[in-house]
Amino acid sequence: LAVNQSTDRSEGRIASGSIRLSISALDHLMTMVSELVLTRNQLIEIMRRHQDTEFAVPLQRLSHITAELQESVLKTRMQPIGNIWQKLPRIVRDLSAELNKTIDLELAGAETELDRQLIDMIKDPLIHMVRNAADHGLETREQRIAAGKPERGIIKLFACHEGGHILIVISDDGRGLDIDRIRAKAVSLGLVSETECRSLTESQIQRFIFAPGFSTADMITSISGRGIGMDVVRANIDKIGGTIDVSSSRGGGTLFTIKIPLTLAIVSAVIVEAGGDRFAIPQPAVLEIVRLRHDCGPRVERIQGSPVLRLREKLLPLVDLRSLLRIGDGERDETRRGRLIVVMQAGMQSFGLAVDGVSGTEEIVVKPLSAKLQGITVFSGNTILGDGSVILILDPNGVVQSICMPSQAQPPSSQSPDVNGEQPAKQSILVFRAGSPSLKAVPLSAVTRLEEIDAATIEVLDDRSVVRYRGQLMPLVPVSGNMHIKTEGIQPLLVVSVDGDRFMGLLVDAIVDIVEDRLAIEVVSERPGLLGSAVINTRAVDVMDVGYFLRLAQGKPGEIEAVSERVAA
Amino acid sequence: MNAAMQTFTEYVTVTVGGQLFGLPISRVQDVFVPGPATVVPLASPEIAGLLNVRGRILTLIDMWRRLEVVAHPGKGRNLAVGVEHKGESYGLLIEQIGEVLNLPAACLNGGSLNLPQSLARVSAGIHRMKDKLMVVLDLDRVLDPEPGGKAGMAFR
Repeated sequence: LAVNQSTDRSEGRIASGSIRLSISALDHLMTMVSELVLTRNQLIEIMRRHQDTEFAVPLQRLSHITAELQESVLKTRMQPIGNIWQKLPRIVRDLSAELNKTIDLELAGAETELDRQLIDMIKDPLIHMVRNAADHGLETREQRIAAGKPERGIIKLFACHEGGHILIVISDDGRGLDIDRIRAKAVSLGLVSETECRSLTESQIQRFIFAPGFSTADMITSISGRGIGMDVVRANIDKIGGTIDVSSSRGGGTLFTIKIPLTLAIVSAVIVEAGGDRFAIPQPAVLEIVRLRHDCGPRVERIQGSPVLRLREKLLPLVDLRSLLRIGDGERDETRRGRLIVVMQAGMQSFGLAVDGVSGTEEIVVKPLSAKLQGITVFSGNTILGDGSVILILDPNGVVQSICMPSQAQPPSSQSPDVNGEQPAKQSILVFRAGSPSLKAVPLSAVTRLEEIDAATIEVLDDRSVVRYRGQLMPLVPVSGNMHIKTEGIQPLLVVSVDGDRFMGLLVDAIVDIVEDRLAIEVVSERPGLLGSAVINTRAVDVMDVGYFLRLAQGKPGEIEAVSERVAA
Repeated sequence: MNAAMQTFTEYVTVTVGGQLFGLPISRVQDVFVPGPATVVPLASPEIAGLLNVRGRILTLIDMWRRLEVVAHPGKGRNLAVGVEHKGESYGLLIEQIGEVLNLPAACLNGGSLNLPQSLARVSAGIHRMKDKLMVVLDLDRVLDPEPGGKAGMAFR
């Protein structure tokens, strides 16, 4: 089908020189070609297992034709980047009038072509950066003359093809980035500690402008500095698998380098294995793959229990893919000899990902995740591999987020930010006693309210207790089976929301404390209602499963009996 | 009987955890035996995996877990009903597929029945039949992500 459509197209072109096509027709063509590429890969995979068959030659031909077809369909989607530059001269002219600066805009490489989809996605970031350069980058006329510079400021845009990428360079000859202010801002935002800051190079400090929420602009003007900063630009470029970097010298201007892939539709991916499953990592994010060895090369060290990869005098946070995804047999040993570590880059952060194996690279067509799965940030999509199986695509940014989450939640002064392996974030935890002197806990977020009721108001029905609460009958469930429900005095209660406006009450003996700590369950329990044991504020506590009691309160008699039996036994 | 004046709806009946459920036939695309699926780590337990069905990626939903019914031991989860929802393909894992029933809309009871919360959330009503009751599933509500964001990491 795809082949036919393509020939139709080219014939049409011969007839009239050019034709207008709807974008959806092109998109459909692209999808079909992508499927064809997948099928071709599938055939090649089969061929690997069967040597010396008569299919080898035609398959090779098919493979060539597919590659050529793919290339020409990609070409039909290409547009010159100049299309989005057309607006810029006017924007800059307006800005120069508004800011009272004289600005020259130089554009080069406008004929550089890239995928229509990418054009759409980099349009806003590019315009934003040009505005930034005009507003913050370039000095006023007086400042420029005082600095001995020509009165006219220059903003340059340059685009070209480089390998499989498009390179876009945006530069100005303005005042450059103010390192001291960036440093001060980074420290005040808690991105680094003051001591760490001293050991950073200038270019490392400059890259903080891409950090979330970062803006050194004190003045909010109508042009820029409205909260959408370079972090948003970077996020947009990350989204399309690109990278952005900055270099600047004081008084000498700023230069941004953006590197983006030629097309979004088909990407090359490294296929890795962990815990018996396979996952795809987009190749642009992979810097290198190293193997741990006895004698030389990269080593794994531990800082307060968190593994750190020592690679050519650089320290990188290391995470085991198995523990990140909670798969496999739970045996976590990132340090074992012979393990493969994929060194990856996401945004500014490089890190190591320990995997069980690497089974090669493959061209993949990224398909979005089902809506049911979009809450999982470590995956960016899924695809079908050459052998027909479905594989999940890891999102390097999502992986970084889940590694670095705990470190961002804590004050910047404690430890270095990168080395907190895979601990959960700190949260408020409610500690209480019920049924026994030992401590029990639930995350405070699971509890709607803490109440104390008069025990005399508790009404006992056949097999359950209820109380009138906010105009409704609220079921009460003791947290522990061997708890004595009071008949007089004050009864403390954890009110849990069942659904919006209906509640249930968890009966406890006493509320002990609310603490801020990580809720890391170390000993998992099989007992219903009990998730396991954790250490909170240096004391061991039982972590209760609120969801279990919710189900209990919704009346599943079978289960309640089963529980009381088990508790009695 | 004024059967001619009544509107009828056709349902595909399926069994999950011994309970009879009805799916509107207009939404059911096919019934198939799923092959080995790709497990999705960190997904909510009702996600049974991802499957390649004729070049499309399909999300398998474990209906026992989705409806929070007790699983019947011994009965394999080896049958799936293919449905489409908002342009995405899903496979609902079930125990058994039953006959197609053409039932008058008048026999459909509203939601005011004493159903467990987990069922009330996804049901469009209950059909009284001679010997048993059939819970009609609202597929949109079965397949829409839970507002609370059940998917994703439990403890973070």
